[in-house]
Amino acid sequence: MFSRMFRAAAGVALVVVLAGCSSAAVTTAPVVTTAPVVTTAPVVTTAPVVTASAAAPTIGSVVMIPKQVNNPYFDVAFKGAQQAATDLGGTLTQVGPSAADATQQIPFIQTATTQKAAAIIVSADDATAIAPALQAAMAAGIKVVGYDSSPAKGAYNVFVNQADTAGIGKGLVDMACTEAPSCTGEIAVLSAAQTATNQNAWIDAMKTTLAGDAKYANLKLVATVYGNDDPAISTTQAQALLSAHPNLKVIVSPTTVGIVAAAQVVKAKNMTGKVFVTGLGTPKGMVDFVKGGQAPVFALWNVTDLGYLAYAVAVDLVNGTIKGTAGEKFTVKFASGSVDYTIAADGVVVLGPPFVFDAKNIDQYVTSFGF
Amino acid sequence: MGTGGHSGNARSPVRVLLSVLARWEMLLVAILAVVIWAGTQISPVFLSGDNFGASISGTMEVAIMALPMTLIVITGDIDLSVESMIGLSGAILGVLWAAGIPLQAGIPIVLIVGVFGGLFNGFLVTRWGLPALVVTLGTLALYRGLANVVLGTSYVSNFPSNFTAFGFGYVPGTSIPWTLLAFLILAVIFWAVLHLTWIGRQVFAIGKNKDAARYSGVRVATLRTALFGVSGLVAAFAGIILALRYNSVRSDNGTGLTLTVVMIVVLGGVDINGGKGTIPGVILAVFTLAALQSALRLAGVSSEYQNVAIGLLLIVSVIAPQLARQFRVLVDRVRLSRHGPVRDPVPGEVVR
Amino acid sequence: MASNVAMAGSPRSRAGVLISGFARSRELTLAAVMIVLSALVATQTPNFLSLDNLGPVMTLGAIIAIAAVGESLVILTKNIDLSVESTIGIVAFVVGDILKQQALPIPAAWVIGIGLGLVLGMANGVIVAIFRVPSIVATLGTLSLFRGLAFLVANGHEINLNDLPDGYTNAASQSVFGVPLFVILAIAVVVVAALVLRYTVVGRLFYAVGSNAEAAATIGVRSRLTVFLAFALCGMLAGVAGVLWGMNFGAIYANSASGQSLAVIAAVVVGGVSISGGSGTVVGAALGAVFLALINNALLLLLLPQEWLQMIYGAVILLAVSTDALIQVRTQRAKARSRIR
Repeated sequence: MFSRMFRAAAGVALVVVLAGCSSAAVTTAPVVTTAPVVTTAPVVTTAPVVTASAAAPTIGSVVMIPKQVNNPYFDVAFKGAQQAATDLGGTLTQVGPSAADATQQIPFIQTATTQKAAAIIVSADDATAIAPALQAAMAAGIKVVGYDSSPAKGAYNVFVNQADTAGIGKGLVDMACTEAPSCTGEIAVLSAAQTATNQNAWIDAMKTTLAGDAKYANLKLVATVYGNDDPAISTTQAQALLSAHPNLKVIVSPTTVGIVAAAQVVKAKNMTGKVFVTGLGTPKGMVDFVKGGQAPVFALWNVTDLGYLAYAVAVDLVNGTIKGTAGEKFTVKFASGSVDYTIAADGVVVLGPPFVFDAKNIDQYVTSFGF
Repeated sequence: MGTGGHSGNARSPVRVLLSVLARWEMLLVAILAVVIWAGTQISPVFLSGDNFGASISGTMEVAIMALPMTLIVITGDIDLSVESMIGLSGAILGVLWAAGIPLQAGIPIVLIVGVFGGLFNGFLVTRWGLPALVVTLGTLALYRGLANVVLGTSYVSNFPSNFTAFGFGYVPGTSIPWTLLAFLILAVIFWAVLHLTWIGRQVFAIGKNKDAARYSGVRVATLRTALFGVSGLVAAFAGIILALRYNSVRSDNGTGLTLTVVMIVVLGGVDINGGKGTIPGVILAVFTLAALQSALRLAGVSSEYQNVAIGLLLIVSVIAPQLARQFRVLVDRVRLSRHGPVRDPVPGEVVR
Repeated sequence: MASNVAMAGSPRSRAGVLISGFARSRELTLAAVMIVLSALVATQTPNFLSLDNLGPVMTLGAIIAIAAVGESLVILTKNIDLSVESTIGIVAFVVGDILKQQALPIPAAWVIGIGLGLVLGMANGVIVAIFRVPSIVATLGTLSLFRGLAFLVANGHEINLNDLPDGYTNAASQSVFGVPLFVILAIAVVVVAALVLRYTVVGRLFYAVGSNAEAAATIGVRSRLTVFLAFALCGMLAGVAGVLWGMNFGAIYANSASGQSLAVIAAVVVGGVSISGGSGTVVGAALGAVFLALINNALLLLLLPQEWLQMIYGAVILLAVSTDALIQVRTQRAKARSRIR
């Protein structure tokens, strides 16, 4: 009740501001009716998005459910999706659990179903746990797009994978090889939750790469520890890794919380240059560590584009342009240019190759990525 | 209340009505009504069968655990380990199932483990006199750890569909989840035990004065231990429901649920210091919580702000009666200063 | 305390008296157990006792110890504060945010952070002491409230190392003669708190209110004011912990310090502070925090299967509390026996 009044007030205020600021007075006036409505949850993001006025067909409402709200990674993806909502039409909201907990995700999926959303974009805390709720949504005619972490097969129309799993595994090993002197030495993995589907898949891919390619024969994976995406736990785990394995050369952390914790630990223990850190991290979070030498190289994909792509796929599904079957082709126009996609088996679409950051390009990416 | 000519209106219908209305349960009914009204304002689908079914099924695990927790809190104890028992029971169920043991055998085994887990708590609390808060703090970690040992990093899913239908499904033709039925049946049982039987009276006696209860012949230690055992059993049952509802067990199933259970119990009017409380109050609290969470979700509010709303509700719901009581004391004091002190009625005097 | 009267009836050697007195001092027992365990672990992993390893472990332990000192004040008065983790989290974030905006110099940001902790503690104090809400309920509510405030302030952002002033996190790895800076700070806090509790009237009031509130009221103790003070101080010390948290981790999120309330309370309990109020020392609470940090590290270093850690943690808490209670029971029995004679 109050949130409605708040949103109405916010909408009115927005219109007043826009009317005052924009001289050409683009037809924002008729948009007043949509602004108070749920374009953004009042507290999660910054400025409400005004949907484009004229030609966009009415997609309806799209609900984005990340693994966990207030997680910087997912907030960046949300911003990308918001941009897509501006370009392509439709209203977008993000809701989700405060902790990466599947049992908390389900009520949000069910609420979106009851409210007859047009599409649900979801990153699964637990692939099978949310499957029944997603299947119920699909049965009700709602399109389901997975992103970042896949729901179980059959519980989505399309899954937008940020990068090819095997490719991420190989990339992680490659970076460890670059950092370890002469590609030789002990390496360890600091992961997220023990049950995190995507991290576990990447770690398995790492093990496959290590075993299969003679190039990495001198790299030895000695331990895999779990930081639960909790900074304190990740820190104590990283500290213990260094103490328990005095010959450790590289800590690989395929999670943005873990890699920062590990790099900070290396820095605090004055082990820069003796132990290196790599993995998946955000430019802003890691820029000090790249320049400081704790993490000479690490990777990530364009998370903003991930969100944009997920929303674009949702729109295409709602419009009927694609159905999610293998072989279908479609094009998405990002700010940086158009990209053609082909849907692979099991309705999977891969965003593209990950970006590798190092001291040379980190500043540029901090600015261009914005996260 | 009752005795003598305090103001002379001890039996007037107004007074009786006021004393009924002033009960905690009525306050809850009022809050529930307000929340439901707010929900209908937020979204037209609030009262739909779909929404009801979905929202209520999400709170059934904590609701079920709130029932024995009520009795435990009335006796002056607390059981923080319930969420870890959910995790442990789910883990054991999953491991047994993955090993090929049918659920018909696995479920009883898990329930027995739950009983023993609860009895362990009870033993430490009664035999060694350790405070329940601390003991169950330890078992909170211990049982969660056991769940980690049992299940490790793996997770089990693909339970048989006839069982998961119980966890996730509805009574055919209605929006009533099976788990709601289970909760209501258990609620009736607990209500009968607490309010109608001598066991219930003993529970209240222990809560009001443990020593006095012991001297009156109440087997205090046995009853307290038994209550912990029941709590463990019910938590194991809730763990089974959780596993079936999500068709998935991970070693962190149920994390964070203990505080929700305590919140429901307190919101239901159970005095955290022991001695007072009703099952109907707790049932009302369950529905109020489910309605509030549903209304907030429909309004697009994420979890952490839902928690804020619930936290506020908790504090306000405890403060409001305090304020009301202090107001009443104030009013009585004013009346006293006006009408003079109370005197006992003389035998034969008619008290209006 | 050691009561020689209890032993009056039976002949006892001096050594026996000393040992039983020692055993009854919770803090000394805990310290002894820590030394023995550390020695045992060191035989398996010599690295355990190295400064390299213990330094960072003790630094984090010191932060929890400071929060544990505050929590023990509340527990002494027969209350509990579940909201410390949210206070630590929001203070860490606010201080980090102020520094990120470069709105104020560092010391000013710290003062604001600690002040915020004090205010939040006072809010708890008002709800418990003035409105008489049971502390477990009140702090259950403020646990969510304060965390919600943190999310509101964060508004979807986090604080990265890059946002903080250069070298801000260096303090966490500084040491003086091998002792980490934060540990020295924690020792200072413990010493001050212990002296206040032991030698000032205010300090004695905490114990009085916790052991017997009615008796205290009878002799004119303002118990509600005392409880309010306990919560206020707890909040302030949690604020200090929050400031140090930010300096230790560098990366601060809206849900920072999530889950630490139980760690703090466990530390206090293991340290011998009775949950029913009226007995225990802040030294014990701080030692409890150190003990748990050591155990955590030892388990990781012993390369025990990940899955066992939680379980052993719980077992340790139960063990610590049980031995404490058993010793208490024996002391009571001995005292009762001597009285009957």
